[in-house]
Amino acid sequence: MGEKLLMKGNEVIAEAAIRAGCRFYFGYPITPQTEVMHYMAKRMPEVGGTFVQAESEIAAINMVYGAASAGGRVMTTSSSPGISLMQEGISYAACAELPLVMVNIVRCGPGLGGILPAQCDYFQSVKGGGHGDYKMVVLAPCSVQELYELTVEAFNISDRYRIITMILGDGILGQMMEAVEFRDVENIQNVEKPWAVTGTGMKREHNVITSIYIDPEVLEAHNRKLQEKYRLIEENEVRVEEYNCENADVIVVAFGTVARIVKNVIKTAEKEGIKVGLIRPVTLWPFPVKTFEKYATVPKAFLTVEMNAGQMLEDVKLAVNGKNKVDFLGRMGGMVPTQKEILDKIKELIW
Amino acid sequence: MFEKRICMFTGHFGSGKTEVAANYAINMLQHHDKVAIVDLDIVNPYFRTADAREYLESKGIRVLTTIYANTNVDVPALPSEILSLFQNKEYKVVLDIGGDDLGAKVLSRYREEITQDSYEMYFVINTRRPMTATQRQIEDMICEIERSAGIKVTKLVNNTNLLEHTKAQDIIRGHEIIQRVSENLNIPIGFVSGFGQSLKEAGKELGVDTLFMDKLIRLPWD
Repeated sequence: MGEKLLMKGNEVIAEAAIRAGCRFYFGYPITPQTEVMHYMAKRMPEVGGTFVQAESEIAAINMVYGAASAGGRVMTTSSSPGISLMQEGISYAACAELPLVMVNIVRCGPGLGGILPAQCDYFQSVKGGGHGDYKMVVLAPCSVQELYELTVEAFNISDRYRIITMILGDGILGQMMEAVEFRDVENIQNVEKPWAVTGTGMKREHNVITSIYIDPEVLEAHNRKLQEKYRLIEENEVRVEEYNCENADVIVVAFGTVARIVKNVIKTAEKEGIKVGLIRPVTLWPFPVKTFEKYATVPKAFLTVEMNAGQMLEDVKLAVNGKNKVDFLGRMGGMVPTQKEILDKIKELIW
Repeated sequence: MFEKRICMFTGHFGSGKTEVAANYAINMLQHHDKVAIVDLDIVNPYFRTADAREYLESKGIRVLTTIYANTNVDVPALPSEILSLFQNKEYKVVLDIGGDDLGAKVLSRYREEITQDSYEMYFVINTRRPMTATQRQIEDMICEIERSAGIKVTKLVNNTNLLEHTKAQDIIRGHEIIQRVSENLNIPIGFVSGFGQSLKEAGKELGVDTLFMDKLIRLPWD
């Protein structure tokens, strides 16, 4: 590893993208992720890339569509309402199998909501916020260092499968500062893109990037192809952190920054003789179903803790498949679950 | 270190202004009875002076923040009470300013009140931040902030750190860069700020004034 710097989560997203070879960025500012744009505006010209502050989120996602069609490594970032505006473009890009990276530093909703931390866009990210049968790979980092590593990896995953990869974080992750250590040589996996619209040079047939298939049989065949790809990703790309799960009486399930709060709760619980484990899905889609099968018979229960009304909770229940009790603790509106309330809830489940 | 009546903390965003300003105010209490801190950050929506409000007030510091701080509203509002502090000269006043030239803009609103008083305009530097890592970058930013505020920087603060990963060597290396800035722009270094052992060792080697800080802005897992 190389240089160590103190950086904000949002800055690291931008720096990681540039290190990963991203040379196109289109976006529209919104708190709490605007620092990504600030940083990109300064850095992109230094590396000969393109930065555009679009006139709207809708314009931005369609610019992203264009750059991805031409084979470029491209990114956009926004926050909840902005991501909602982009949904049509996301669905088009998913159908056209365009590799691109998106970041959602979530605001608390619904509606205009607010700038404080939340995880209420889980459904929107993993269940398809736009129309049609499509999936995005969704990564949920919990530290600035992991934000750097997963942003780089997001570009590799996108290119490998021709898929949208989304980084889902909250305002704490975007705004907090931590030391981050950059690699001297970045782990960039270059993938040929013979499908890209780069000009034929009169040497090949035209490439076509489209999401329109007029013949229903052809559209169904295209859908089947997409679904096969999604099954392959479910097989190969699951990432999950298991912490203290062996011998645990209760297993807490949490992603992103909430998982860090839970880790401290686990240490406190240990001192009181309570054995608690943590399953932290790093990929929210594909969801780490097998990990839940492995620990389905944990003695007391699973406890899902989220900054929403219980969204990942549904996937946890599906994965546990009725084999055990799944309880829930959630906060909303920008409120963050405290260590004490999580510990109290665990004690309720034990006694 | 605590002579002037109005002490402003400017710098690159993320340079540690809020932590330095809050800890500076706490240390100021050893020399003066009446100390007030004003959150004038119109840039950053998160991790603000308001987070440390309870602690600062328990020490006897008067804390002024915008009514919107730490709510779901991100409008660049200013606390109206600040004007009383320009009138009531019993108080020593610490101003926590937002990052970059954008944040420093707020000072131009109070330029007259400040420059007619006795003041210090600190510029806080962490050389382990990517946009203020070199002499050139730091000098450019000082220039931008001075232009935006309409007030010249009078002292530099070396706040080089990697949080809990800081080593004395990081501070010393940062100091070398900041010393070159100091000589080139003819702005003295006011003090070095930091945490615990690393600052103790670096302070000894550099022979400078030090400000030992407690981490006041906490994360939910701290």
